[in-house]
Amino acid sequence: MSKKKLISLVKYAVLSVAAFLSVFPLLWMLISATNKSVDVIAGRLLPGTHLVENFTTLVERTDIFRALWNSFRNAAVATIASLFVCSIAGYGFEIYHDRGKDFLMSILLLSVMVPFAAIMIPLFMMFGKANLLNTTAGFVLPTISTAFLIFLFRQNTRSFPSEVLESARLDGLGELGIFFRMYVPIMRSTYAAAAVITFMNAWNSYLWPVIIMQKTESKTMPLLISDLIAGYVTDYGMVMLAVTISILPTILLFLLLQKNFAEGITASIK
Amino acid sequence: MMERESTPEKQKLEKLLLMNEKPNKVMKLKEKQNMIGWGFVLPASLLILIFYFYPIFRAFVLSFQTGVGANIRFAGLANYKRIFLDPLFKTSLSNVFIYLVLQVPMMLFFALILASLINDEKLKGRSLFRTALFLPCATSLVSYAIIFRSMFALDGFVNALFIKLSVIDRPINWIGHPWTARILIVIALTWRWTGYNMIFYLAGLQNINSSIYEAAKIDGANAFSRFFRITIPLLKPIILLTTIMSTNGTLQIFDETMNLTNGGPANSTLSISQYIYKLSFVYSPRFGYAAAISFVVFLIVAMLAFMQIRVGDER
Repeated sequence: MSKKKLISLVKYAVLSVAAFLSVFPLLWMLISATNKSVDVIAGRLLPGTHLVENFTTLVERTDIFRALWNSFRNAAVATIASLFVCSIAGYGFEIYHDRGKDFLMSILLLSVMVPFAAIMIPLFMMFGKANLLNTTAGFVLPTISTAFLIFLFRQNTRSFPSEVLESARLDGLGELGIFFRMYVPIMRSTYAAAAVITFMNAWNSYLWPVIIMQKTESKTMPLLISDLIAGYVTDYGMVMLAVTISILPTILLFLLLQKNFAEGITASIK
Repeated sequence: MMERESTPEKQKLEKLLLMNEKPNKVMKLKEKQNMIGWGFVLPASLLILIFYFYPIFRAFVLSFQTGVGANIRFAGLANYKRIFLDPLFKTSLSNVFIYLVLQVPMMLFFALILASLINDEKLKGRSLFRTALFLPCATSLVSYAIIFRSMFALDGFVNALFIKLSVIDRPINWIGHPWTARILIVIALTWRWTGYNMIFYLAGLQNINSSIYEAAKIDGANAFSRFFRITIPLLKPIILLTTIMSTNGTLQIFDETMNLTNGGPANSTLSISQYIYKLSFVYSPRFGYAAAISFVVFLIVAMLAFMQIRVGDER
């Protein structure tokens, strides 16, 4: 075998092993969702017949539909609010930029360095005082505006053609009208990227909800799953089904919008 | 509405503008647009001010206080003094540094290698590999922590496989011993984040002109030296960015230690975020002391990022 062929073989082997390792835990999750708890922790690798039973136990023991709805509602509100507030800000920072706004942007970027653990206690106290514990507003408010999203929109606004802006102004369209009628439709793919990232982050968020969503009826999927393994006896088949249900929406979103997702997370290096 | 306010500067400006009719209109329009611009950026900026900067300021104030509810009083530096004597703080800090040192370099190295392998346009099944490697990013931290917990159970799949392959002769109690539990967290983190970082490197590699590689090939540079002499130097800014992001993320790790090992055994996987959480919401609440630790974490994160930027700039 020639050296070239050998190198290419090694290349494919490395990639295949890595790809397999990446996918395997998710396959494992799917398989385990159909197995009995004892089989899951005994490492059974074949699909079982316990899917329906796991589902029945899950529905009996938890309020999974409520948690799913909570997760969905919170994530949807977070995404819509976030996209609106951050995109108009990113647009503003780029189109009307001057010294003052550039300076403000650089201050806002410092917020990326603030670890959540460092602000969670004051935030909790603020939201307690404002009576926002266990509410969607409480869940959403701290994460609506992020320097990351503002920055993403500001960077991408550079690709918004200035001729569109000028001619819209000549046509007598107001500044807000230009934003809604010209900018938003043209920047669809940026919005898609921002939406996937924001939705996933909100859907998966854990530390903030664990603090403020204390009532059972306001719990989201990650909290529900986390509670399931906190007991002494864990029904792993049921837990893995719950995990599967919570992961499927984000996996689907990911597979559909993978390109936007990749563009979104790497926007900062353009 | 702000336009009507008249400041000395504006009066001066208006006087100047009165001398000439045409620039007046242009200036007015520019000024109006400028004001609208501020209106656009204001809501987002205020939200960041209220939910990031104000709380970090509050944490700072709180860190000099002690007591609960109505009994809050000034405590001077007492909370900060206590940090140095607190064995659990030391444990949690050293735990996250162990994760940092073991996990981040390994993960970034894997990510770099995979990115440069996938960056080959002639590669068959390229998008399939990319999707597969990127897929773990779509899973929530809580979910994958639980998946790993079940795979690494005492009689679980991983132990059974290792025994079959004769890697070990008795099952490892992964979450039962300090070091195996830490290693389990490192493995899980690497699984979740390698693909994420790979995407950054791929984006960076696409900006590198392929003619550089062609030229190096003609000059006789092998794949190994092309990787170390071209890929790594040219991707330096992105490597720096991913290092800062991963460092930041690892220092704040919470979901995994909470759901995979629950900080155990005997706090040997406890993270700083988890310790702050426990101090505030699990043990009898000590917000002042927890805030002092929070502020120290903030300083560590900021300092490390600053150091990494300095080192990255020098080379």
